[in-house]
Amino acid sequence: MAEHLLELRDLSVRFHTARGPVQAVQGVSWHLDRGETLAILGESGSGKSVSASAIMNLIDCPPGEITSGQILFEGRDLLTLGAEARRDINGRRIAMIFQDPLSHLNPVYPVGRQIAETATAHGTPAAQARGRARELIARVGLPDPDAAMRKYPHQFSGGQRQRLMIAMALALKPDILIADEPTTALDVTVQAEVLSLLEELQRETGMGLLLITHDLGVVAEIADRAVVMEGGRIVETGTPHDLYHNATHPYTRKLISAAPGRGEMRADRSPVTPLLSCRGLRKEYGGFAALKGAEFDVMPGECLAVVGESGSGKSTVARLVVRLEEASAGQALWKGEDLLTKTPREMAAVRRQLQMVFQDPTQSLNPRMSVYEIISEAWAIHREVLPKSRWRARVQELLEQVGLKPEHADRYPHQFSGGQRQRIAIARALALEPELIICDEAVSALDVSIQAQVIQLLGRLRDELGIAFVFIAHDLPVVRDFADRVLVMQQGEIVEQGSVRQIFDAPREPYTQRLLAAGLDPDPEVQARRRAERLALQA
Amino acid sequence: MSDTTTVPATPEPAAMRERPALLRLGSMLWADKFAFAAALLLLAMIGCALVGPWLMGDAAGGQNLRARNAPPFDLSRGWLYVLGGDALGRPLLARIVVAAQNTLLIAAGAVVFSMAIGTTLGLIAGYRGGWTGEVIMRTADVIMSFPSLLLAVIVLYMLAPSVANLILVLAITRIPIYLRTTRAEVLEVRERMFVQAALVMGASTPRIVFRHILPVILPTLLTIATLDFAFVMLAESALSFLGIGIQAPEITWGLMVSQGRQYLTSAWWLAFWPGLAIILTTMSLNLLSGWMRVALDPTQRWRLEIGGKRNG
Repeated sequence: MAEHLLELRDLSVRFHTARGPVQAVQGVSWHLDRGETLAILGESGSGKSVSASAIMNLIDCPPGEITSGQILFEGRDLLTLGAEARRDINGRRIAMIFQDPLSHLNPVYPVGRQIAETATAHGTPAAQARGRARELIARVGLPDPDAAMRKYPHQFSGGQRQRLMIAMALALKPDILIADEPTTALDVTVQAEVLSLLEELQRETGMGLLLITHDLGVVAEIADRAVVMEGGRIVETGTPHDLYHNATHPYTRKLISAAPGRGEMRADRSPVTPLLSCRGLRKEYGGFAALKGAEFDVMPGECLAVVGESGSGKSTVARLVVRLEEASAGQALWKGEDLLTKTPREMAAVRRQLQMVFQDPTQSLNPRMSVYEIISEAWAIHREVLPKSRWRARVQELLEQVGLKPEHADRYPHQFSGGQRQRIAIARALALEPELIICDEAVSALDVSIQAQVIQLLGRLRDELGIAFVFIAHDLPVVRDFADRVLVMQQGEIVEQGSVRQIFDAPREPYTQRLLAAGLDPDPEVQARRRAERLALQA
Repeated sequence: MSDTTTVPATPEPAAMRERPALLRLGSMLWADKFAFAAALLLLAMIGCALVGPWLMGDAAGGQNLRARNAPPFDLSRGWLYVLGGDALGRPLLARIVVAAQNTLLIAAGAVVFSMAIGTTLGLIAGYRGGWTGEVIMRTADVIMSFPSLLLAVIVLYMLAPSVANLILVLAITRIPIYLRTTRAEVLEVRERMFVQAALVMGASTPRIVFRHILPVILPTLLTIATLDFAFVMLAESALSFLGIGIQAPEITWGLMVSQGRQYLTSAWWLAFWPGLAIILTTMSLNLLSGWMRVALDPTQRWRLEIGGKRNG
């Protein structure tokens, strides 16, 4: 058998926690060859990152412990090498890039120096290292490399920072590049660019690329082979094509079916009197206009999706309407009354009808309050809604409505998983029986399969209770099955709005078309077609 | 619904949840043996403070010139002299027990006052901000930049030295510590999502401040308070040493330490025992506040509920 560049054999990693040992990775074997892209696909807690950490010697022991297995790099077992030898391999032969580039770049040094440092740390002379850094910055496609060398990390955008991380990783021409969720924090259009950069660089250097991701679309776009992990075990291995069409394991099939944007789109609705209508809504920070006059209506019982990339002003709209921030100009008419001129006292009365669900349920639920306290707080604030004697019964009812159990009422938020926490946040929003719920990226922080369930729940609530939703998302496919109308935003402006069918089937604006083309589809064939479209749009 | 991974099994048996809160708190205290010992010690100290002067008041004042600087662990002069005698031959044990009242009263009074005032002002400065906040912060800067001992000397020179005035002066000099900490924490916590979620729900300002912000910053403040306890005891001894604090024959541990300092080379026990009392009190408070921080935090509480098995 030919020797693989990198091979994991029967690797098991265990973490010792206060609740007893946790088997993070169990008997995992895979291999990576030169010039090949291997994707490890799994949701949070599947152990996909742990195996990469083991390769890079990043597991803290204790509490971690590698209980069995080998990591063979060019036939040598990394686990038996000394610390010195491993450090020599890390960075020089095997490099790694991470999900959040900002936290991995030192904010107080210019980026040129940081990239050069990777080389000098492994013994390259300083002058040569600087030259190489400049070359790399140019190679990863940053404009004006000389100026970029002297800039600090905060002066770059998220996508540019990820390019810098890639430049840094490539400084020593590694044989293997491990990319841990490299594009998860990036906008869709930027994600596509970064992935194609990675692909190009791989072709040039012939390195092996190990890509850790939760996104089937990324796998379809770039991977040669994929390994699907669940609960620390490999459940399936194969080419993206095979996995997509002939998945045998139920988990893989579940992942595929959970991918958003596959179902029936909703029919157009006839116009009625709007519940909320915004006119010329503007927000400026200093001289910078974050929102440049937004105009839109939300009808009762309707779901309006607001889609845009970071910095498009989509969250600003939500924050202005609920008065978390004060608008610079414009009106937000709630049943004909302007929300923006209301006094805090008048606003408090309206808040009953207008609720919000935030992006990260971990942060939006007070960790020191039990679920019962969190949900019943709504009635403590609005006393007229429900007499105290009925609070407990109603909390239990709400919990059941969002798919949790009544006995969960006495637990605390940390005892739930991310998806369950978001359900609690939704139950809290429902407590006041609102007419409109604004969901600010409410499913973006969740795993794909849980994302699908939460959206299903929201759809059910709309149909059963007639609640209207403003659903803010950065991703178009997510809103496809759920929204009635879609509003596409870019740099503080609404570039296109229309019914969901108009936007998805016949987008008019080039930006909407770009956004649609940049989305990654889990089906490798569809994705190949999209890619061609994307390249055509660029040309 | 079959969603999501299983909830990590709550290490919280149902029986535990049913029990009354006080009993539950007690079992959590028992789980942390250090905190339990600290609580016992503090109870003993408080006991001394309450009944000490009534029990040993006479003995603490009675001079026995033959027992001047008597060494400790010598029972020939009676059990009162087990910790030795001071420069005037008064039994140290009795004096420490009697001094507990003044010491704890002044320290606790000063700490509670400064914490209450500092936290309130800090909450206002942090949550309201604006020029009210500015005025509060600049006042705190003035207090901080003025040497606290000098301030105390001036105030106590004008007012008559008494326990109440001493508490007042010590409290004023310590306010900025709480004020600045509270303000800094409020500025951070008010931006957290759950505070914004409460705002969107229409929560009033008092509700947000007392239900959502204060519980988060209270553990930090309590930790500072326990450390400050020792500082206040020693500051009080400095004032007493200057003659503007506690007046003889009243005694405090701090005063005993400073009086014993000149005999440190010949009779170390004069300063050692009251010093030990200060250290033990502070340390107990500190251990207890550490325990409280864990016990009050729902995400940490399980550490105490799984039965004292500590995991770093």
